[in-house]
Amino acid sequence: MAKITLNNLSHSYVPNYTDADLVLRDINIDWKDGGAYALLGPSGCGKTTLLNIISGLIKPTKGDILFNDKNVTSLNPVERDIAQIFQFPVIYDTMSVYDNLAFPLKNRDLSDTEIDSKVREIAEMLELTSTLNNRASGLTADGKQKISLGRGLVRSDVNVIMFDEPLTVIDPHLKWILRSKLKELHQKINRTMIYVTHDQTEALTFADQVVVMHEGQIVQTGTPVELFEKPKHTFVGHFIGSPGMNILPCQIENGQINFAGQEIQSNSNIKKNNFQKTQLGIRPEFIYFSDKGIPVKIKRVSNTGRHKIIDTECSGGTIKILSNASTEIPSGSTHISFDQKYTYVYGDNWIIE
Amino acid sequence: MNKTINQKAWFFVVPVFVLVAFNAAIPLMTVVNYSFQETFGNNVFAWEGTRWFKQILLSERFHDALGRQIAFTFIILLIQIPLGIGIALTMPKKGWGVPVCLILMSMPLLIPWNVVGAMWNIFALPDIGFLGYSLNAIGFDFNFTQQPGDAWFTTILMDVWHWTSLVVLLSYAGLNSIQPAYYQAAEIDGASRWATFRYIELPKMKKVLTLAILLRFMDSFMIYTEPFVLTGGGPGNATAFLSIDLVKMALGQFDLGPAAAMSLIYFFIVLLVCWVFYSLMMKNEVKS
Amino acid sequence: MKKYKWLIPTLYIIFLMLPIYWLINMSFKTTTEIINTYSLWPREFTTENYVKIFTDSTWYMGYVNSITYTVFNTVISVAAALPAAYAFSRYKFLGDKHLFFWLLTNRMAPPAVFALPFFQFYSSVNLFDTHIAVALSHCLFNIPLAVWILEGFMSAVPKELDETAYVDGYSFNRFFFKIFIPTIAAGIGITMFFCFMFSWVELLLAKTLTATEAKPIAATMTRTASTSGYELGLLAAAGSLTIIPGAIVIYFVRNYIAKGFAMGRV
Repeated sequence: MAKITLNNLSHSYVPNYTDADLVLRDINIDWKDGGAYALLGPSGCGKTTLLNIISGLIKPTKGDILFNDKNVTSLNPVERDIAQIFQFPVIYDTMSVYDNLAFPLKNRDLSDTEIDSKVREIAEMLELTSTLNNRASGLTADGKQKISLGRGLVRSDVNVIMFDEPLTVIDPHLKWILRSKLKELHQKINRTMIYVTHDQTEALTFADQVVVMHEGQIVQTGTPVELFEKPKHTFVGHFIGSPGMNILPCQIENGQINFAGQEIQSNSNIKKNNFQKTQLGIRPEFIYFSDKGIPVKIKRVSNTGRHKIIDTECSGGTIKILSNASTEIPSGSTHISFDQKYTYVYGDNWIIE
Repeated sequence: MNKTINQKAWFFVVPVFVLVAFNAAIPLMTVVNYSFQETFGNNVFAWEGTRWFKQILLSERFHDALGRQIAFTFIILLIQIPLGIGIALTMPKKGWGVPVCLILMSMPLLIPWNVVGAMWNIFALPDIGFLGYSLNAIGFDFNFTQQPGDAWFTTILMDVWHWTSLVVLLSYAGLNSIQPAYYQAAEIDGASRWATFRYIELPKMKKVLTLAILLRFMDSFMIYTEPFVLTGGGPGNATAFLSIDLVKMALGQFDLGPAAAMSLIYFFIVLLVCWVFYSLMMKNEVKS
Repeated sequence: MKKYKWLIPTLYIIFLMLPIYWLINMSFKTTTEIINTYSLWPREFTTENYVKIFTDSTWYMGYVNSITYTVFNTVISVAAALPAAYAFSRYKFLGDKHLFFWLLTNRMAPPAVFALPFFQFYSSVNLFDTHIAVALSHCLFNIPLAVWILEGFMSAVPKELDETAYVDGYSFNRFFFKIFIPTIAAGIGITMFFCFMFSWVELLLAKTLTATEAKPIAATMTRTASTSGYELGLLAAAGSLTIIPGAIVIYFVRNYIAKGFAMGRV
């Protein structure tokens, strides 16, 4: 068990790199012991690289990794005492389920009785007891992924357990089961867990703290509620939520926000105005129809059952609105207003507070 | 893949069927025909029943050739398979070394087989060949045209030279298809280099290795041209493997009946071994 | 240990190159030098062996013959195997498994078994000593191989590709030639490589089925070694030249070789 600190971490896969070659830039993280964290971002944002740097499979180009304030940057995965579960199940085909679970312990020269009790305990926890003597290669995808998970959990000394999109190959209805299983395990064994995913639902349901990554940088760290209510970067607003935040170009003059010819009230406190680009961010959940305000034209209404998603046109751009399924939708031209509390102004993509 | 039932698919197969039947079935019939009869030339035949088969199966000459053949195949498999795997494991995985290795290692596979024989003949000659001359220079009395042991040594070395690359290429492809996550998991699980090989690399290479062993068995069991050019089966009959003996009997002595019977027995042995080996491998597969 | 890993492939490649170097070394020596001295490189460098090969038609026609029947065989094998492999990869039909197995057994047939019947058979249909006879006889082992490799590549192409094309209104022929063949181009390349390779290196059948008109270069060499004295330099030059077509073919398919092997087929 450990708290994890990353200091000014940067990484490039090419030796003589320029700034453009960096897949990770200046990552700083402080993770508490025993927490459940998620790294969220689209493919190619660097989250898997970051995970492999923490586990020691990759040495970072710059920066330090500390476990419990001890610098482990130069240690290999075995010395760091970590466990990692990969995107698709990694099992040893020729071994039985039992031997698979025992493998990490055997490599660490534990006594047979110790191994046996550990393996049986974990098998019980993961509901694998009945299949212990089967060939591991004969199991279904979720069974195999449980074995991978079991090999991580079986060791009592691990500092951190890391998951690299572990549910990718699992059927949707089993995803729920495995995910709640993970949450349950986390509460039971209370170890630091890091979960990498591009799926916001997975990240938001698993983690206490979510780290959102974009193009090799951390754009926001926070609880699921914080990410939803106050995205610090337009990417977070756009990436989290379904549909994502409306990001609308706006002008700032004399401390006033001007959008589509209207003056908008926001939760941002604008002091300076030296940005190349200013944008208004408002989630579809916080837009309401009103008698006056911003004039829009209704383009399309789609009903998801619980909600209605309304596409409206406004001075050339599109604004999405999310409302209850029971809400009457006016047709043709109408007006909308934004909830001031959840309206933010972004300067060059970063929030103005 | 789910295949649909379509009997018209036979039309697609007809050209292949005709070409192969033309080349395999008709000549095979001829062989079967000869194997049961005695010919007196001019298409006069007399029924001999299983006489030729008995004669071949009981003849010392056949036993010796078969014994030499089995020994040869066994030795080259024992050398080439581990050597091939070993080289594949140490080959570079990326960079300029990959194409260089692939191209240079494939070279022996594309040299006509008699040129391979001739090349090794020149290479191993005790007076002007690099190998023969060097061996003699460091004190070995080496002469593959005179001493059976040296002839065997040279033939085996030649076959290792000629065919190990096939095992290397197959193993290398098998190794390359292993996802990096397997190595990473093994590293995290604290597996030793040997355990990684034993529990990850070897199981993942099983399919290509089966293929490598089958191909090497078949081709080494049928070997003709290279030893024929290198040693001519000699000295004496020391390196007269099954094919060499067969051609000697059929085209040299024109003993058509016994040669035909031997052909069938020969073909049958190859088929039988391949079938047994293949079923054993597949049985394992089903179990797992 | 990791530091010295490159040593093993390097030593192996040196072992592979030594006999080839020796052959090339011999080919640039004069006959007197070969017989009288042992030398690691030619002392009296000569190209007369090569000149002889390129000026004497019995020699250079050997190359032409070899390349001719090899190309014939490659074209016939791939052309016949394409539809068959497609049938095996997409359809179930009466006797499909047996047929596939029977095809493969022919890859296991020792050519020596077939040498004599081939000689009689091709003589009786008046094809003896023609390029086409050799090309056809090599189909014995190349067609099963081609069907096998192509079937592997085709099975890797999802069936949805076919179905989408039919939904889009493609006829079978148009789909097969315009969409399917380009999709498996790499597979066809590898198949051609192996057909070329096995036809090029085979000698027993090629020698048995030819006399003068279609005699392969490899057979010309054996005759030289046995009848017209021991002209080692000439033999070495002819041998060195037979390496070139193979080297050219490898160079072109170098990126596909590993991929082709990875399919688990040959």
